[in-house]
Parts: sequence; structure tokens; C-alpha cells
Amino acid sequence: MNLTFTEEQKMMKKMVRDFAVKEITPCIEKMEKDEFPREVIRKMGELGLMGIHVPEKYGGAEMDFTSYIIAIHECSKVSATVGVILSVHSSVCTNPILYFGTEEQKQKYVTKLASGEYLGAFCLTEPNAGSDAGSLKTRAVKDGDHYIINGSKMFITNGGEADVYLVFASTNPELRSKGISAFIVEKNTPGFIVGKNEKKMGLHGSRTVQLTFEEMRIPVQNLLGKENEGFKIALANLDVGRIGIAAQSLGIAEAALEAATSYAKERQQFGKTIATQQGIAFKLADMATNVEAAKLLLYRAANLRANGEKCGQEAAMAKLFASRTAMETATEAIQIFGGYGYTEDYPVERYFRDAKITEIYEGTSEIQRIVISKGLF
Amino acid sequence: MNIYVLLKRTFDTEEKITLSGGKINEDGVECIINPYDEFAIEEAIQVRDAHGGEVTVVSVGSEDSEKQLRTALAMGADKAALINIEDDVENGDQFTTAKILTEYLKDKGADLILAGNVAIDGGSGQVGPRVAGLLGIPYVTTITNLEIDGSNVTITRDVEGDSEVIETTLPLLVTAQQGLNEPRYPSLPGIMKAKKKPLEELELDDLDLEEEDVEAKTKTIEVYLPPKKEAGKVLSGDLGDQVKELVHLLHTEAKVI
Repeated sequence: MNLTFTEEQKMMKKMVRDFAVKEITPCIEKMEKDEFPREVIRKMGELGLMGIHVPEKYGGAEMDFTSYIIAIHECSKVSATVGVILSVHSSVCTNPILYFGTEEQKQKYVTKLASGEYLGAFCLTEPNAGSDAGSLKTRAVKDGDHYIINGSKMFITNGGEADVYLVFASTNPELRSKGISAFIVEKNTPGFIVGKNEKKMGLHGSRTVQLTFEEMRIPVQNLLGKENEGFKIALANLDVGRIGIAAQSLGIAEAALEAATSYAKERQQFGKTIATQQGIAFKLADMATNVEAAKLLLYRAANLRANGEKCGQEAAMAKLFASRTAMETATEAIQIFGGYGYTEDYPVERYFRDAKITEIYEGTSEIQRIVISKGLF
Repeated sequence: MNIYVLLKRTFDTEEKITLSGGKINEDGVECIINPYDEFAIEEAIQVRDAHGGEVTVVSVGSEDSEKQLRTALAMGADKAALINIEDDVENGDQFTTAKILTEYLKDKGADLILAGNVAIDGGSGQVGPRVAGLLGIPYVTTITNLEIDGSNVTITRDVEGDSEVIETTLPLLVTAQQGLNEPRYPSLPGIMKAKKKPLEELELDDLDLEEEDVEAKTKTIEVYLPPKKEAGKVLSGDLGDQVKELVHLLHTEAKVI
């Protein structure tokens, strides 16, 4: 099993790290006050980071899937907020249009998504349909050469800021999950209403909104794939999304580990640095081991996906383990910082708040365990 | 315009320097493009985009330097040349590097050669000026602005915090100071294109040079780390006494006054 990066991957890893440290770090304070990092996203678009895996003919960089994961990993190490914006934009908006879209849809949307001119979002979750996507209430009814969509969506990442939304609606409610269709919806469509932005525990600066669709008319050309094929489309990129969030989790965990390590080397108690106290040193050893294990699971899953192999189990394991590692590492990092770790003067409390969501979205840890256990029997 | 950039591979600024066997330990060390050379690359790309021509990046080093040259190609340089002296030169110095670069450059018809002001490792700042000297062309160091009009060049250079404006002509060698520009990041399409761009590999033989032609003019006697920084001293007591104590210490202990 080969887990070494190619020269191009190493070069892009260094570029993204440099970019994140120099261009994203100065924006963290504003993001913590819930300002959306539009300028950062624009710069990422210029560098090709909003269309990493998109073919050249649609304006992308045509790099492999692993490169895309490297980018989320390195961005998230500085800002999990930027990590999730990139992940949602690419994994669950650009990707489905790329795989299921018509040539016309790709020319119209993928080119602009890849350049960063458009930002993408994914609208599946509803107030009563989270992990159970079959119970969608949003309806799409065909009316001539349009579909009329009514309903509401929740927890939509990038909502309000994004230009293009992949909206899932039921075209045949009796068929439940087999009666769902996917639509490409532009923000300026009449009847597209952006509701409240959730006040979240973490990921400040990212948008998580409610959307309401009132008699929204979508041309039939904007149906993605075939009618009633929506659930297949949603599932097709599940692994990609999960590996993306595993990468975000790993970024948070690494950041927490590095912060805790450098603090432990500086902080003096009882006449010596706390890094030389075995209680702290062993804690750091366990944190480092978990981070390394998460990294191996993540890049193993990414490599399988990059090679077009089945990776459902591996993606679920990477997501489950990396998100847990993010939470545990951030928790221990605060413990090492002591009282200072509980203040906003140090970044570890942010890592802690950002880490929690990784155990929830893109399939909760419980859902990941269902996927993994089903593979065992 | 025919533009050349002299590039050096150096330690990452965050690497800790350790010694083994009287030499700087290079094992497992992360390396980067010398940061001052990044300004030179950026300026070269901007000059090319404004005036046309081609940018060639050249480095004297080992095969490991290919990574840094590829990064320069990803930033937007057109071609690269790596002069690999790993097997031929054991102890080189600034003369060695300058001599090799000059042999490489002498028949290239370069209009403009750019280099970093200093390399952050050796810090001599000699290679650029030496190359200009050997090629018999003018040079200006620590530049912060470059304007080219035909073959006339107007340069602003940093003189210990002040600025000096110099007029000169091409062909010319300049060394870049911080503030000259903001080096771009290699874009992803740039990274993908870099592997397809030409990178020429040369050795001393290819430049008709023998080992003795490039033998170092200096000899390194000893390499040692600076003394460990000691903790500061906090004075206390009556302010007048503290001042007296401070002056006394500066005089007798620190020996700076």
C-alpha cells in the first residue's frame, strides 16, 4: 500500500499550507465574529482551489481526489470554517453536477464553480429529515417545461452566500427515497427565500441557514440526472463528503496537537516545562498516535477513492475515527493549556467548538457505525 | 527579453539547525526556495509579462534542488536548469557557485539576471555581484523597484532603510530585497503545468569545467552554533539604584559601554 504523496501533491500541500497561514489566519478574528470569508474564497478561486478535481475542459486544475483532500486538510488546520466551505462547495455541489450533469449543465455551472466565481451548496436536510432522507417533505411538481418546488430546508451550509444550490425534492412521495429528484437552483430564482442563519457553537463565519421555496419555478433543463434519481445522486457522493469531513477533522486535530505541544514546551510549572512532566508527555504521545492513525485511515480512503475503488467502509471508518480524534485531541489540548485553554486568547477553545460538529454532520458517528457494522455481517 | 533567475535551495526558516561531525545536519530537513529568490522569480515573471520573452531559473546544487526549481516553474517561469555538482565538488564557496553560474550564463545572451539579495543560510550576498563581475555587466543590489524602458533601467534600491534611485542599462544583474513585490503562490494549474516544462540537468563536464577550476577560495575552519540565549535579568529596588546597577552591568558584564 503506497501512502506517499507525489511531487505535485507535496508542492500543492506546501502551497495550501503557506496560503492558509498567510491569507486565512488574518481573517480568523472576523470569522469568529461571524463574517463570511468571501475574500479568502475569491483568492482560493484564483489559485484553482475551488475546482481542484474538475477537468481542465471545465476550467479546473484536473488534480486527483487525494490532492483535493490535502487541500481540505491543510485549510482546516488553520480554519475549519474555510475547510467546510470548500468541502461542501466541491464534494456535494460541484461533484454531482460533474458526474450526473448534461454537457450544457456542466458548461453553465461547473466552469463557474471551478473558478470560484460561483459558490455551491447542497440542500437535502429538512426539519424532519436528517439522517432519514426518505421522509423529505419538499415537493416538486412538473408543470409544462418547469417544475414547481415548495418546501423548506435546514442547516444549509453556504446558504445565502452560495450562487448555486443542489436541491432535493420529492417528485413521487409514495416512493419515498426512490421518488426524490435533484435540481440545480440559482440563488436569484423567484420564490427562493433565505431564512435565519443558525447561531452555532463553532464553525463561525460559515453559513448554516434555513431556506424556503415558495412556488419556485425551475426549468426542466435544471433537473440533474433523471427524475426520481435524486437519492442515487445524493448517495453517490456520500463517501466523497465523508472523506472530506475526515480531512477537516484531521486538520483540527493536528492544529490542537501542535498548539498543545508548543505550549507544553514553554509552560513552566514546579521549575520545569510541563512537557517534561510525564503526565503531560504521555497525554501528548497518545494524541500524536491518534492523529497519525487518523491520517492513515483518511489517506487510505482517499487513495481508494482516487483509484475509483469501493471505499464505503474505509470512508466511514476514516470519518468516525478522525472526528473522534478531533474532539478528543481538542479536549486534551484544553486540558494541557489549563485555565488559559478555556479563554478566547488561545485557539484551542475554537478547535474544541469546531471539532464537535465533525461527529454530527455528513452522517453522525452512529450512522458511520451502522455503515461499518453492516459491512461486517 | 531573455531573463535568468539564480535560485538557491535553503533550509525552511522554521527548521532548527543542528551540527553533526562539524557540519550542518541536513538529514530530514525541510527545504524551500530562498525567500529572497522568490522576490527575484516574481519580478522576473512580471518583467516577462510586461515586456515579453522567457524566464529561465537556474540553480547550482544537488538533485534535491529539482523540487525548488519545479516550484519556480509552477509559479510561472518557463524553463529551468539544474547544475548538479553533488559528485564533483565537496567544499564549494561563493567563488565556486559564481564561477559555475558564469560559465553557464556566458553564452546565453541574458538581458536581465535576477537573484536574491542574500541567501538566508550562508548570508554572504556575494554570488550575484560576483557573477556580474565575471560576466562584465553592471549590477545593483537590494532593489525594491525596477522599471525598464527599452534598454534603460531605473532602479530604486534600499540603502539601510533609505532609498537610492539608480539609472543604468541592460544587460544587468540585480538582487532583490524584501518589498520589491509580493511573490505569488504557485496555482494548481501552474503546479500541473510545471512537470511538463523543460528542466535541463547539467554537470561540470557539460560546462567544460574541471574540479580545480571551481575550487573554493576560502576554507571553513570551524562551524559552531551561537551560544544559548540566557534568561534576562530583572533588576529591583529603588529606581535610582536600579539605574546605577544597570549602567554598571552594561559596563562590566555586557561590556557594551
